[in-house]
Amino acid sequence: MSLEIHIHLGADPIYKQIVDQVRRPAATGHLQPGDPLPSIRALAERLIINPNTVARAYRDLVSQGVIEARQGVGYVAAERRRVFSAEERRRRLDQALDPLAQEALVLDLETSEIVDALEKKLASLRNPKQRKRNA
Amino acid sequence: MPDNVIETHGLTHYYGKRKSVDSLDLAVPRGSVFALLGLNGSGKTTTIRLLLGLLEPARGRATVLGHDSATLPPQVLGRIGYMNEEHQVYGWMRVDEIERFQTGFYPRWNRDVFAAVTEHFNLDRRAKVRHLSRGERAGLSLALTLAPETELLILDDPGLGLDTIVRRSLMEAMVYVTRDSNRTILFSSHILTEVERVADRIAILDRGVLRANCALDTFRERVRRVSLRFDRPPDRPPDIPGLLHSSTLDDLLTLTIANYTPQTEQQLRALNPREMEDLPLSLEEAFISYVQSPCKSTLLLSRLSPRQGCTDDCPP
Repeated sequence: MSLEIHIHLGADPIYKQIVDQVRRPAATGHLQPGDPLPSIRALAERLIINPNTVARAYRDLVSQGVIEARQGVGYVAAERRRVFSAEERRRRLDQALDPLAQEALVLDLETSEIVDALEKKLASLRNPKQRKRNA
Repeated sequence: MPDNVIETHGLTHYYGKRKSVDSLDLAVPRGSVFALLGLNGSGKTTTIRLLLGLLEPARGRATVLGHDSATLPPQVLGRIGYMNEEHQVYGWMRVDEIERFQTGFYPRWNRDVFAAVTEHFNLDRRAKVRHLSRGERAGLSLALTLAPETELLILDDPGLGLDTIVRRSLMEAMVYVTRDSNRTILFSSHILTEVERVADRIAILDRGVLRANCALDTFRERVRRVSLRFDRPPDRPPDIPGLLHSSTLDDLLTLTIANYTPQTEQQLRALNPREMEDLPLSLEEAFISYVQSPCKSTLLLSRLSPRQGCTDDCPP
């Protein structure tokens, strides 16, 4: 599949936007291990950004274990593995929960409704991977 | 060993009694896309003109491609492409005549590049230059600057007065130039979103003084805005190195800080806030905080030597 990456100039630095937009499909299975990423040069020219910015994003993704450089092929999505400690994963989850919890409180939702909605969301995001595995 | 295509040492220039460029120490590494930022009158154009030997410094010196700016020989000038703010070109010539005229000044001239850029801007090769619109003139100026494929491009506010589409083409051209990692671009600009796209290093001039000089990513990481919530906020802004801006609203203290490091975080925690949160900060907002801070002297990133400040964070 071709990876959709869009950038929006504002609060988030460009390299971080690229990192996020590769991590997400890698986590949900839209990007499977071995799937190629655009070359640094190609992505820079497509997004009209400095190639060093793409290089920086790819470096971060390699160190997070999301992608890897393969000789003669370029960058590909990596086999999923856990590079963060349990504590770090907890911290990151906590950070991500903040806006969700705040919005839910503003909307005056019951805890059970929030939990239900979260479970449905996770199931729908995980689906494509399962479909691919069964195929 | 860093290889700088431009270096200035204590470069100083006056217009009358006013210091327009004040003891400038600047280094532009080969292969970088280097953005010179600053408000109007901050000394960007003067700096560029000093680099090209179009103005004479009162003190200090500049070297470009290893040669003193004051005495750049023609063969060195032939390795520099310069585009000025006004896109000045000879009005009485036709587009094709001006190309033929210019080829004489440069050892290399890529006719394909000239044709591609002029076609992109829909320029009639038989048109008289003075009959071109501003956007078309910018296109011609860009074609004339790119066709010699010089190793150094100096673009003084290239997007000035151009519409979004033309500016987008300009950025594409700049990204295209980076295909050759030996080519360097120094450009000045006011449009921070465009700078964020194409630049990998930035320098900020404020009333002739260099206030920041580092990798763009470093600037994005180290200029931060945080909010601290207190049971009782401090009466005075805390004494944090690099504090650019501070505001208090009830129990909430918001700080914009340059050169944010792990030590800064420790110092903030030592104030014992109830909560502490990172706030999003765009490049434009960071820039505005930077140039509006009351601090008059040299600040932070520039006070550190390039090695301490930023270079170590840059990709090799």
